[in-house]
Amino acid sequence: MKGLEESNLAEAKAEKPPQDRWHAVPMPKQNPKDRAHNFNEVALGYTEEQALAEASRCITCPNPGCIKGCPVELDIPAFTKLIKEKKYDEAILKVKEKNSLPAICGRVCPQEEQCQKLCAMGKKGEPVSIGRLERFVADLELQKGVTVPSHADPTGKKVAIIGAGPAGLTAAADLAKLGHKVVLFEALHLAGGVLVYGVPEFRLPKRIVQAEVDYIKKLGVEIRADALVGRLFTIDELFKNGFDAVFIGTGAGLPQFMRIPGENLGGIYSANEFLIRVNLMKSYLFPEFDTPIRVGKHVAVIGGGNSAMDSARSALRLGAEQVCIVYRRSREEMPARLEELLNAEEEGIVCKFLATPIRFIGDESGWVKGMECIAMELGEPDESGRRRPVPIKGSEFTMDVDTVIIAIGRTPNPIIQRTTKGLEPTKWGTIIAKEETGETSLEGVYAGGDIVTGEATVISAMGAGKKAARSIHEYLMKKALQ
Amino acid sequence: MYKIVVKRELAPKIKLFEVAAPDIAAKTKPGQFVILRASETGERIPITLADSNAQKGTITLVFNEVGKTTKQLGSLKKGDCIPNIAGPLGNPSEIQKFGTILCVGGGVMVAPLLFQVSALRKAGNKVITVIGARIKDLLIFEKETKDLSDEFYVATDDGSKGYNGLAFLKDVISKKKIDRVVAMGPVVMLKTVSEMTKPFGIKTTVTLTPIMVDGMGMCGACRVTVAGETKFACVDGPEFDGHQVDFEQLIKRQRMYLPEERLSALFHERLGGIKLGRG
Repeated sequence: MKGLEESNLAEAKAEKPPQDRWHAVPMPKQNPKDRAHNFNEVALGYTEEQALAEASRCITCPNPGCIKGCPVELDIPAFTKLIKEKKYDEAILKVKEKNSLPAICGRVCPQEEQCQKLCAMGKKGEPVSIGRLERFVADLELQKGVTVPSHADPTGKKVAIIGAGPAGLTAAADLAKLGHKVVLFEALHLAGGVLVYGVPEFRLPKRIVQAEVDYIKKLGVEIRADALVGRLFTIDELFKNGFDAVFIGTGAGLPQFMRIPGENLGGIYSANEFLIRVNLMKSYLFPEFDTPIRVGKHVAVIGGGNSAMDSARSALRLGAEQVCIVYRRSREEMPARLEELLNAEEEGIVCKFLATPIRFIGDESGWVKGMECIAMELGEPDESGRRRPVPIKGSEFTMDVDTVIIAIGRTPNPIIQRTTKGLEPTKWGTIIAKEETGETSLEGVYAGGDIVTGEATVISAMGAGKKAARSIHEYLMKKALQ
Repeated sequence: MYKIVVKRELAPKIKLFEVAAPDIAAKTKPGQFVILRASETGERIPITLADSNAQKGTITLVFNEVGKTTKQLGSLKKGDCIPNIAGPLGNPSEIQKFGTILCVGGGVMVAPLLFQVSALRKAGNKVITVIGARIKDLLIFEKETKDLSDEFYVATDDGSKGYNGLAFLKDVISKKKIDRVVAMGPVVMLKTVSEMTKPFGIKTTVTLTPIMVDGMGMCGACRVTVAGETKFACVDGPEFDGHQVDFEQLIKRQRMYLPEERLSALFHERLGGIKLGRG
């Protein structure tokens, strides 16, 4: 596979930097025909030449919008300036002042909705590709070997972080740097949360996640895998065992089903099951890895978010002949990143808009063989502000499918709420926490990420982890004085 | 890493491990299970806990070597380590004084049944126990179960020991006043027992063991239909009302990966799990 990457890289190198500064340097990618059949990373990353050309587009505004658009307040003009000066080591240190997971964020953050949305260059042309530049310096550092920053003297305080996803990893890193002893409890066998079980290898290679988790360990954080807090220890017990504060970053990991007839037939997966098998358990390498996965010829993916895109593109790579994304609204309302939708379409995935399944049909062995759908039209806007899809009477039609993946969202993990007295949940099952501090209804207990907001982005969870770390630090220091 | 401190062979291909896992041992109650991986490339499989000892800091696992993972697990020796064990998972069994309880266990699930029988007895119940296996050589914990029970029966599928099949149970149920039935074993056995007790209206609790991946409510692979509603065996169970379970669907779902399971076993037996040089 190395040969392939090199040839793509050569192609990318041959591509000339843009003539006018209003266009961003395009991201070199594996070509769609090849990548539809492998799990290697799609976006190959900038070369040095490309990174320099792109960084030079940053005009270093006196009042930069990009920083305001970043949930972790990265000093973007400062790090792009360091890239321009070829001071890559300093550039990554600048990034890491605020962001402990740059190689991940450079890949999966929706920059177009955040920093890049507020970029001055974007007013007339394309915004600076901040995410690609972040990835460039982060990857360069991973290649060279990561340096661990010096951290504060030990405070003697212990913090338990529950959930090793984006929020937990960020909070852990920040608290460790401040001199606290941090233990990170992870229920699964690997740290990373949604980054290891949800996002596929071709979008975020697992060696990158592992490298960033290793960095967090080097900061002194102890990671305890296989530890489902709520069952193995309750939050009360963590305090009794000597922890001074707790951060809950347990995420939104429960699958939602459609509750329509036939949903428990063989061949029907939740996106979570499908992606956990493929990503966490590496079933694309079955039988070298033990966990199997079954993908038929005609796959339907229900939903329009990033998990739907990830599931569809994974199914294609696992050998499906035809993959169709069935979404109840239209293209404009799709919650997935546009870039991922375009990637999926380039690879040959088809979208069927304004339709939803109403029933699954099985064969004698209990395997799905068809799906009855109904066409929709858009009515008045609903609470989310998007126009509500309304079924069109008499528009039922049937699709022949042998695999269905239901990707209609994830809900909060409930176990901590169920096992912690006095912790206030909302009616949606999330935990109530103050946005600026992460404080919950219990003293010394903080929460952030999807467990508070419901399913959102990696970077917003990291932002919440960061804010909570700050207020946990203040809380612990205040307590130390008392 | 979790060290195996005791290894015993209970019957051909049925192994018992006592594993050092003090935190899990401190929390384990009858009816709960763990998810483990036997190697770094391994799948996650559920095993119902057969016992725990908080003082020694150990949990007891009993398993049958049927597929690749359980064979690999069975090849581990005393002193070896199991890379990952997460638990205790699932809801504990309801343990209280019900009166007279009929406990039916089949195959390898006799081990966790014994754990439950012991707790039910301590809670002051009169316990009638039935244990079964395909053939007499595969019966486990016969003496231990007998010693703990007020009444005790053995059954085998081929009649090589005790009763031939479970048909005799009908007699036991109709002649005695039974307040509750607990069944742990293969799905077909659970179905048979539930069908038998239904006409008598005796509440029957069955422990379901469908395919699971994470075991913590995240994937939904273990979904079962109970009283017309979809439930997750891992977090809503693993025990359910046997009169409400859609067993036909469960049996079909358990067979979903049979071809892959065979392939995996063959791949590892014949080729020793060599790398195929992909990816």
